Amino acid sequence: MRVLVTGVGRYLGAHLAARLAAHPWVEQVTGFDSAAPPSPLREMLDEHQVSVVTGEARDVAVALARGGVDTVAHMGIISTPGPGGRAAMKEQNIIGTMQLLAACQVTPGVHKVVVRSSTAAYGASFRDPGVFTEATPPSLAPRGGFAKDVIEIEGYVRGFARRRPDVVTTVMRLAPMVGPQADTTLTRYFSLPVVPTVLGRDPRLQFIHLDDALELLVRAVVENHRGTYNVAGEGVLVLSQAIRRAGRVAVPIIEPGLGALAALVRTLRLGEFSHDQLDLLVHGRVVDTRALVEEFGVRPRSTAEAFEDFVRGRGLHRPSFAALRPDAVEAAERTIIEGIRRLGERVGRPPRQSRVEVNR
Amino acid sequence: MTRPRKTTAAADGPAVRRRRPAATTSRRPSGADPASGVNGHRPRSTAATTVPTITSASVEDTSASVEDTSPAIEETRAATGDPASKAGESARVNGRRPGPAGPPAGAAGAAGPDDWEERVADLLAFLRRRLTGRYEVDEFGFDPELTETVFYPLLRLLYRHYFRVEVFGAHHLPAEGPVLLVANHSGTVPVDALMLSVAVHDETPTGRHMRLLGADLVFRIPVLSEFARKSGSTLACNPDAERLLNAGEVVGVFPEGFKGIGKHYRDRYKLQRFGRGGFVSAALRTGAPIVPVSIVGAEEIYPIIGSISPLAKVLGLPYFPVTPLFPWFGPLGLLPLPSKWLIEFSEPIPTTGQADDADDPVVVFNVADQVRETIQQTLYALLERRPDPFS
Repeated sequence: MRVLVTGVGRYLGAHLAARLAAHPWVEQVTGFDSAAPPSPLREMLDEHQVSVVTGEARDVAVALARGGVDTVAHMGIISTPGPGGRAAMKEQNIIGTMQLLAACQVTPGVHKVVVRSSTAAYGASFRDPGVFTEATPPSLAPRGGFAKDVIEIEGYVRGFARRRPDVVTTVMRLAPMVGPQADTTLTRYFSLPVVPTVLGRDPRLQFIHLDDALELLVRAVVENHRGTYNVAGEGVLVLSQAIRRAGRVAVPIIEPGLGALAALVRTLRLGEFSHDQLDLLVHGRVVDTRALVEEFGVRPRSTAEAFEDFVRGRGLHRPSFAALRPDAVEAAERTIIEGIRRLGERVGRPPRQSRVEVNR
Repeated sequence: MTRPRKTTAAADGPAVRRRRPAATTSRRPSGADPASGVNGHRPRSTAATTVPTITSASVEDTSASVEDTSPAIEETRAATGDPASKAGESARVNGRRPGPAGPPAGAAGAAGPDDWEERVADLLAFLRRRLTGRYEVDEFGFDPELTETVFYPLLRLLYRHYFRVEVFGAHHLPAEGPVLLVANHSGTVPVDALMLSVAVHDETPTGRHMRLLGADLVFRIPVLSEFARKSGSTLACNPDAERLLNAGEVVGVFPEGFKGIGKHYRDRYKLQRFGRGGFVSAALRTGAPIVPVSIVGAEEIYPIIGSISPLAKVLGLPYFPVTPLFPWFGPLGLLPLPSKWLIEFSEPIPTTGQADDADDPVVVFNVADQVRETIQQTLYALLERRPDPFS
């Protein structure tokens, strides 16, 4: 199996390439990106003998032809605008995908194409069903740039799958990724000392652990799983709950003030908050993962477990407000119960034997 | 690894149940004996549990080395609840028929100082779980702990003492397994939905939670949308309805929608059109029985004598109600009139084995008409039992 991985200049693509190179069924991995990977990723790729080709979007055809590639993993899809702004992001997402699929179509050796997509494809609105399955169409056209890109990309992939029915085409719709290593707008958001939320909104969120996402992508590449799959951890955390589990404090902001806040976040370089994320923080998004579990035969860590690992791995348990640490809260609880018991003893009641210490 | 259970009933630990006022123990479930023999099996919403988890040794290591995991593990254990205490609980959370029967006997006598101490401990535990986010919500955002600890007790005040709700036919509610409750809608503000959910919870021996299907308007409005989600509601659409029924839940729906709740007072207790009958398709497809529910009393709480359409249009609402008290008397107009309520659960309409007919309009409209007719007739019968709306 000879694999071409696009987007190796970023975390997900580079790590997928490295994992694939270590896989016994994979003979050769070629990486492709518009720019050379930054040094830590570069070293990791070198270590795993992944050869990297850099070039324009249409140079991917060269990379494809050179190594006798039979499998393509398209990870070169970006969710937040980089230095080039939204225009460059759209260019890479849309034109990059079109060029890649065109090259795959005319390369007879290609047998499998795996595309990284996102659950952002479902959008987020008040008219949506509570849980999205792979068959649910978005009920309102999403206003976020990334969501629009994803919908277009999936459209091109469907067209490609129609024209090349012999190719196993897999679309992996990834939920927002968390984990000790993950560095996304959302993980930076949860690392803020006080977390801005939308007043009167407590969206349901779902995450996938970064390691599980990589593991499932590896499986999608080396095994055959035709079709579209939601990739998310089972279960749900509501935003307020996630913030409290991360030991943060929420600061509700009224919905009209959100635009200004997003601008502030941009100015402070805390990350780029796009319409995609704003809508997510208002309406939330939950997907059904039954198809994934049934088809891949593995169950990724649940949303709560993935988030817990992220919180622990990032050391977020040392929150900005020490009084709100879980152990501090428990200690306070114990003190109060103890105080009540003493009070009762002073009043003259005999101490009870099996006192409930702290109720679970 | 701690995998949180997602069954809704499981999420309220014994600790929560214990907070229930001791008075409940002494009450008798007059009308509500559990329908024997209804041992419907409850399909899990998750796929087979035998699927291996993606685990790397490193993951297990980290969870073992960090001390913070222990609360999570114990939390899960508490959430699942040991069967013994669960069985004991179900015996005393039996529903009752509230009514003019008077205050529950022996309420104050049971609450000794120890009990008081225990309650403080329970309250503190509840606050701690809230403060640290250690509670469970299901995939629709339903928060059973919050609902049972905060929402139901508040609603119960209205239910028992203000509207003096009387329930008939509670034995038609299955003790487990999916069921679709179809009710008439009225009252300008969906108080009937809230009272019905209290009735379902208090009149079923296992304290079942009704999952309401709400209009998209509800989910557009901040605060309200979150209250709706946390109390178990979701958008009225077939995918959600079928998903909940497949998971074995009690699903409540008001097919009249705004036509019912926003109708003029002179049209009271006249059932409006039932729409496309999407609820019938959902029941047929999942094989869930349909229980028609007739609610008398909600019509009188905010009698609509007119609607200011331009204002409704500006606010994006289906109607802007004018009642004898609203908007003339300001906040006073928000006070519902203390009507006497009767809720009757009629005999279930079985739908098993008709999944193929779910898209057949003839079958769908037939079943819808049957449900509609049952509710309308029951409404008339109930009204005869209650000659004075404010008795």
